[in-house]
Amino acid sequence: MYIIIIGGGRLGYYLAKALLNEEHEVLIVEKNATVCETIIGELGSICIRGDGCEATTLTEIGTGRADMLIAVTGDDEDNLVSCQLAKHKFNVPHTIARIRNPQNEALFKKLGIDATVSSTNIILEHIKGEVPTHPLTHLLTIRDKGLEIVEVKIPPDAATVGKSIKELSLPPGSKLALLIHKERKPRIPAASTILQAGDQIIAVTTPESEEALRTALRGA
Amino acid sequence: MKVIIMGCGRVGAHLAAMLDGEGHEVTVIDTDAYSFRRLPPAFKGTTLLGNGVDEEVLRKAGIEQADAFVAVTQGDNRNIMANQIARHIFNVPKVICRIYDPLRQELFDTLGLETVSSTTIFAHILKEKLEA
Repeated sequence: MYIIIIGGGRLGYYLAKALLNEEHEVLIVEKNATVCETIIGELGSICIRGDGCEATTLTEIGTGRADMLIAVTGDDEDNLVSCQLAKHKFNVPHTIARIRNPQNEALFKKLGIDATVSSTNIILEHIKGEVPTHPLTHLLTIRDKGLEIVEVKIPPDAATVGKSIKELSLPPGSKLALLIHKERKPRIPAASTILQAGDQIIAVTTPESEEALRTALRGA
Repeated sequence: MKVIIMGCGRVGAHLAAMLDGEGHEVTVIDTDAYSFRRLPPAFKGTTLLGNGVDEEVLRKAGIEQADAFVAVTQGDNRNIMANQIARHIFNVPKVICRIYDPLRQELFDTLGLETVSSTTIFAHILKEKLEA
């Protein structure tokens, strides 16, 4: 695949390295001359100096035949414009934008950017998962199906400790996939499974019923 | 008419002063408080410190009730993004932005933004003057 990366910062650099290892054709567009030289020195001539938001630059590097354009500069607005140019002027089939402000996810999606990655959100979720009292952690989002996989921890004082799964009023569309207890092997929860303090539950749900799922599993 | 102007540079400040003078309700947003010095002392509108590509800042500026939104910061991409937020998230009836780069202007024109490229307009005026 021919993959264009806009932005040669740390993220762009390591992304290029990983994609080169998978034997893709990779080109980085970077504004800063010094950064450009460093990348060329280390990875070979896979970087050109230019503005990835300018149609002339994108024409020069043959964006028309690119399979994918990934914009990973530090500015959301630059990433948006690069992806929109690629999408609408050069018909690049797949565009991915890095976003810093998690709020921008909805806008980018609305404007036809194929995928967004919010480093802020990813880091936030990881940190929240490390906080022992945090009720619900997002593990994975299956975007095109509108589903997410979450982890819910059952604290010792939860109203649901000692209850069986069938006694819980789980929201429709939510499925409990796995129950992890600290001393026993992980298992698929059955209707008769009794919840215990410290249990970790992995569930599939939708963003809308996330709150209801949390309440059902931990009590109000 | 309630108008929000993003960017209090020379153009933004001048436009704000004109609209304010005609009795419109004007809010100016800029990331640098020092920019507001460009507004005339008689300016009766509101100034708001913040980044116009942030939905929260736009809400604070009252974008939900705005009749028009104009983006005239130095950054083409910032103007483009703010305009798309105003149009697609807040459904502001009239949305205009300045884009310096004529090629970028052409694209976003076709994508339905109302754009003004001061670069092309000014070059044309200069050419006419030279030929006069």
